[in-house]
Amino acid sequence: MHSFGYRANALLTLAITILAFMCGIASLSDNFNSPAPTAQVQVLNINWFQKKPDGDDEISLTLNISADLQSLFTWNTKQVFVFLAAEYETPKNALNQISLWDGIIPSKEHAKFLIHTTNKYRFVDQGSNLRGKDFNLTLHWHVMPKTGKMSANKLVMTGYRLPETYR
Amino acid sequence: MGWIGEQIDSIKSIQFRQLVTQAISLGMIVTSALIIWKALMCVTGSESPVVVVLSGSMEPGFKRGDILFLHMSKDPIRAGEIVVFNVDGREIPIVHRVIKVHERQDTGEVNVLTKGDNNFGDDRLLYAHGQLWLQRHHIMGRAVGFLPYVGWVTIIMTEKPIIKYILIGALGLLVITSKD
Repeated sequence: MHSFGYRANALLTLAITILAFMCGIASLSDNFNSPAPTAQVQVLNINWFQKKPDGDDEISLTLNISADLQSLFTWNTKQVFVFLAAEYETPKNALNQISLWDGIIPSKEHAKFLIHTTNKYRFVDQGSNLRGKDFNLTLHWHVMPKTGKMSANKLVMTGYRLPETYR
Repeated sequence: MGWIGEQIDSIKSIQFRQLVTQAISLGMIVTSALIIWKALMCVTGSESPVVVVLSGSMEPGFKRGDILFLHMSKDPIRAGEIVVFNVDGREIPIVHRVIKVHERQDTGEVNVLTKGDNNFGDDRLLYAHGQLWLQRHHIMGRAVGFLPYVGWVTIIMTEKPIIKYILIGALGLLVITSKD
């Protein structure tokens, strides 16, 4: 009954149970955090706007992104993945989501930022629908925990209307 | 002499019972593991509810050896979600983030483009030749939960099979020799 094997087994089982319990509690504790992030985005310039040879519209933008995501961080937060998406509807597609910029925020100290950038990923439509198109700029964030459940949310910001002509 | 024979018989019967008990308890362990796995498949709706991260393409979010819990629901796929997908002609599924979504008005069919957080470019180079978008049927599930390090056990076992055999042998020996 009191052999080495039994004691080792009991110790290991207890250790794993406690570890699992603590992981569960850490993940649950995230629910008590009610974040209130703020963000602003400005389209500063349209660098160019054209129809590609294959018929799809493509545009290049310069953006100013400022955000304060510090309230998203808790003790169980490993990182926050944040990205800015252009969202719009076309006759063919009920929803188009195109990521324009993204970033990984490793800690609370870096969660308040101001970035001046051109779009990181190509802003290409499926078709030629971008002239005079209204789109929403939405800031999404995905919180990656040290352990447990991942969470995500978004902030819909002011829209922007693209010009009627290529340039 | 009859007394000795009786004793031998009783010893034999004890050993037989013990053997059966051990076989049953071993069977219970194996079947309950199978039941848990299948139940998870039903609950999550994903054909593999738990995956181990094998590459560093999602660092620093997911490192090699981390475990992801998947969920496959009818909810539409949206940008920013971390999905696990299979590409035709590739055996190992890939865990990457969705960066572009185009959803059809009439059919609801989606075109999705993915990228690893730690990769420089998008995943078009990883897709099958000439494939520009992922469709719904390529996607096995989306990651909803995360547990660090635990996946190292399986990585070590697949890369160093000797350790697997030693472990199985030791466990088998333990089951056979253990009394009570």
